[in-house]
This record gives sequence, structure tokens and C-alpha cells, in this order.
Amino acid sequence: MPEASTRPRDAALGSGLGRVLLLVYGVFALSASARALVQITTKFGEAPLAYLLSAFAGLVYLSATVGLAIGGVRGRLIALVSCSIELLGVLVVGILTTADAGDFPDDTVWSHFGSGYGYVPLVLPFIGLWWIWRHRPQPGDPVSV
Amino acid sequence: MNGPLSVATIIAALVLAAWYLLRSALNRAPSRYDLLGAAALTALVSVLLITAVFGLFDGSRPSDTVTFIGYLITTIAFTPVAAYLARLEPTRWGSLILGVACLVIPVLVLRLQQIASVTGA
Repeated sequence: MPEASTRPRDAALGSGLGRVLLLVYGVFALSASARALVQITTKFGEAPLAYLLSAFAGLVYLSATVGLAIGGVRGRLIALVSCSIELLGVLVVGILTTADAGDFPDDTVWSHFGSGYGYVPLVLPFIGLWWIWRHRPQPGDPVSV
Repeated sequence: MNGPLSVATIIAALVLAAWYLLRSALNRAPSRYDLLGAAALTALVSVLLITAVFGLFDGSRPSDTVTFIGYLITTIAFTPVAAYLARLEPTRWGSLILGVACLVIPVLVLRLQQIASVTGA
């Protein structure tokens, strides 16, 4: 039986570059969630769709952070799903907001491909997916759960 | 909030960011002086934010006080947390953590300026 305290080799928490990645993901999880919380508690009626989307984006960043941090089979799956949703989200919302601002009366992290956040939201999912790809299981690796 | 102090803070943060990114590129761990630099930046940010808090009492309230206070807390906590994490990571990546943090600080200060200038009155 493997030792419970052993961290999976692909856990981002276990390497320096991974920790930097987690810091950036954590900042986005925090800022997107906090922003959604303020929007929903103070002026939800103004733009429910945009604010719910903000909250959803915050949750996606949160689960991506956790998934990348813990690694292993389960962490990889969580991170893969979260980063894919994140990429889809930023692309779909980016296209929708650029084409027709009417549906999104207020800004979210993903509006205009994340231009309000220096386009970092557009780049971040690629980095997350790159991390997952780079740490894909190799044949002969010890199985880590 | 829009005074020379915030400009000084932004410039100091950007200069430090360039230095930390260079250190990281040269494969250097954060030195004692690098951490002292982060502490100095924290001091500068603290002075800026104390000025901003006093500004809250002179009648010109920002329209969104909750968000303003949220940003105040985040801004003041950011460099100390980054410096703590950088101490835990005594490799080039520790320097990168400090560099990223110093790139976030100008954004936070600019956002604070935006919120403060949209007064509710």
C-alpha cells in the first residue's frame, strides 16, 4: 500500500514553477469569486446572467487551482475538466461580448477575452492545460491516485 | 488616492518586478535583500493605503465602499503573503513569485484609484 503522505509526482504544489502557477490561479480564483460575491449581494437584479457567470468562473478557477495543486489521477481529472471549461468559457464569452454586448450588460472576468484583466484569463487555461499535458502519466510510472 | 504617492508606488513595484524577473531568469533564489525590498514596498503600500483610509473620512466616499475596502485589504496583504511564499521557495521560482506579485500591485493600485474617483456624490 502506498504511503498516504506521498504527494503525487505531478502535483503542482510539489514544484517551484507549479507553485507560481498556483499563485496566479489562486489570485484569479479569489478575484473572480470576490467580485461575483459583491455583485450578487449588492446588485443582483441589474444583470443576473453576468453575475451568475462571474460566480461560475470563480468556481471554475477554484477547482482548477485545487486540481492542479493535488495532482494524481483525481487531481488531473479535476484540473483537465476545469481548464477545458475555462478555455471554452473565455472563448465563448469573449466572442459573444465582442459580437453583441446586449446579452452581457456587465463585465465578467471572461468578457472581451479577459481584456479587463490584461488578457491573462485567455492565456491561463493554455498554461494549465500545458501543465497537465507535460505531467501526463508515462508508461512505467508508479501509479498514483 | 491619485497623488504622486500612488505613482511612486506603481513605479517602485514595476522596478522591483523587473529586478525579480531578472533574478529568476538568472536562476537566483530570493536573497535577504530581495525580501527586504518586498518589505520596503509593503511599507510604501501601507502609507498609501493609510492615506486612502483617511480620505474616506473627509466626505468623498467612493460609490462602492465594500469593493473599495475589499481592494484595500487585498492590496495591503498581497506583498507580505508573496514574500512569505517566496521564503518557502528558496529557488528561482521564489523570485518569480515576488516578480508576479509586484506586477499585480500596480493593477490593484490602479483599480483602487478607479473606485475612489467614482464618488457616490
